[in-house]
Amino acid sequence: MKIYLPLDSAAVALGADEIAEAILAQAEAKGVSVDLVRNGSRGMVWLEPLAEVVTDRGRLAFGPMTLEDVPALFGDLGSHAKALGLTEDLPWLKAQSRLTFARVGVIDPLSLADYKGQGGLSGLAKALTMDKTAIVAEVTASGLRGRGGAGFPTGIKWKTVSEATADRKYIVCNADEGDSATFADRMLMEGDPFTLIEGMVIAGLACGATKGFVYIRSEYPVAVGVMQEAVEIARAEGVLGNVLGSGQIFDMEVRVGAGAYVCGEETSLLNSLEGKRGVVRAKPPLPALQGFMGKPTVVNNVISLASIPVIFEKGAEFYKSFGLGRSRGTIPLQIAGNVKHGGLYEIAFGLTLGEIVDGIAGGTASGRPVKAVQVGGPLGAYFPRALFGTPFGYEEFAGKDGLIGHAGLTVFDDSADMLAQARFAMEFCAIESCGKCTPCRIGAVRGVETVDRIAKGDASAIPLLTDLCATMKAGSLCALVGFTPYPVLSALTHFPDDFNRMKEAAE
Amino acid sequence: MLDSASTIARVDEILTRHQGMEGALLPILHAIQAEFGHVPQAALPVVAKAMNISGAEAHGVMSFYHDFREAPAGRHVLKLCRAEACQAVGADRVAEHAKSVLGLDWHETAKDGSVTLEPIFCLGLCACGPAAIVDGKLMGRVDAAKIDALVGALK
Repeated sequence: MKIYLPLDSAAVALGADEIAEAILAQAEAKGVSVDLVRNGSRGMVWLEPLAEVVTDRGRLAFGPMTLEDVPALFGDLGSHAKALGLTEDLPWLKAQSRLTFARVGVIDPLSLADYKGQGGLSGLAKALTMDKTAIVAEVTASGLRGRGGAGFPTGIKWKTVSEATADRKYIVCNADEGDSATFADRMLMEGDPFTLIEGMVIAGLACGATKGFVYIRSEYPVAVGVMQEAVEIARAEGVLGNVLGSGQIFDMEVRVGAGAYVCGEETSLLNSLEGKRGVVRAKPPLPALQGFMGKPTVVNNVISLASIPVIFEKGAEFYKSFGLGRSRGTIPLQIAGNVKHGGLYEIAFGLTLGEIVDGIAGGTASGRPVKAVQVGGPLGAYFPRALFGTPFGYEEFAGKDGLIGHAGLTVFDDSADMLAQARFAMEFCAIESCGKCTPCRIGAVRGVETVDRIAKGDASAIPLLTDLCATMKAGSLCALVGFTPYPVLSALTHFPDDFNRMKEAAE
Repeated sequence: MLDSASTIARVDEILTRHQGMEGALLPILHAIQAEFGHVPQAALPVVAKAMNISGAEAHGVMSFYHDFREAPAGRHVLKLCRAEACQAVGADRVAEHAKSVLGLDWHETAKDGSVTLEPIFCLGLCACGPAAIVDGKLMGRVDAAKIDALVGALK
């Protein structure tokens, strides 16, 4: 009997480890031999822990599992109280276009044989037949843009590093996924770590880099463990080192952050990786020319790098055929906060915000009306229902004074106080500021005070807040403070009533 | 209480393990904290000398990152997520409840040394918040009842 049960952090937080123990104990009591595979999550977090039993018909899903539901897994499966039918027939999964996440939840994350069996390493094999220029051209042709949030064309970044002359070059994977509402990097690393490794090896071939680092935040202990184990397996199996016996060299290391949000900013991350304070660097010089240890360095997000293998396996044209406008390919939406159906949903760019929130997410978990959706993490704008027609794409969201960032969406119901959310954005910026730029270090503190003045009914502080936001936006080096005005100003613009209550009460 | 000679010997051993590593300071500080539960101040000059940086730089790096502690934490560490996705499902209420049950504010340790309460900004459990991590164990959908049960077990 073969059972899949996720090792994914979300499943574990909802009791998967206890369910796993109970399954093994029950199997022993019944004298049944069970092969329990701890896989990645299928992304349906409201159904976690989701157990899957392998049958002749396919994999049958059961969830959300509790300890009481375990014994019945060994009985008549058809009458199990938590039976959901065949996993692949579940509507949430069926409607997706899973390219980057194709194997997540399907395979044993630490089985290279499983990985190869599902198309793994075929992209790398193809890349090994191409020269550097051709590899870069393929990535450029795919239209892939940086999935970390900035949306910079990946092929152009690679070209710069590839054409730079240096004795050493590096590939750095930014896995410092600190934005609230985002967990795609975590799920990918926990559920299919070899995809990231394969993507980094291809990046190494393209750029002539021989060393890579994955910088993972310390808040992701499960991802750190899985990645470390996967790197060792990949090294032992010849994926790393002398890459598949090709004579080309690439190796990598997993590094762990130390709880600084700003280290998700690429130059701050590089300083941290070098063993320094995670202070932002001025650009230029670009990291592509002077990055880690002053050498040419590709810094890419997990999802950008993990999308590389499928581009080489199926071709740039195939990848590019998904999406809209200049947003090509697929995007793993991360639906979070107060939602009925939260989790990860990979789909081509182009769905409207309303289709995502009302359709896929099914509205709020509390059953109350949706008031606001923050798109793109703590630095993303709050969208009211009036903007639900906005299609999900880089330019489309920028056109509404927002951003898609790393594609996380936090849904709030009508009990949310948008003035409190604006205050939190300033508070968060003040806590996490690296201290280099004055508009951030001091401006964010003044921002909290200014929002507090507004809360007390001082309407004259509103123009001051707007002015402060303009200074923060224009007067600093990185996105932390450059984007903090997005949540603040969007809350002020779209939800003015929340900023006027005290004034009305005073009158 | 740790005497400084044995502290330094253990730090030296950690430094030896990290020899030749590029940008080794963070991995070294993580290893020291794993060994001692915090980064003893006596360790910093030793680390600085080995890394060929000033004591001020070593202190600057250590104090920049939220993870590194100058003093030991309580026997248990409860970290509650304060980020937006958890806020949307009541994290602020859960945090207030935890603070009042424990009689602690953020970053404080109970007088009997049992629990330290800390904020954390995102565990990536944004679709099953409010999230928490207790001594490395992840928890989702935390509510007042779960906090009560947890505090009872930790005390």
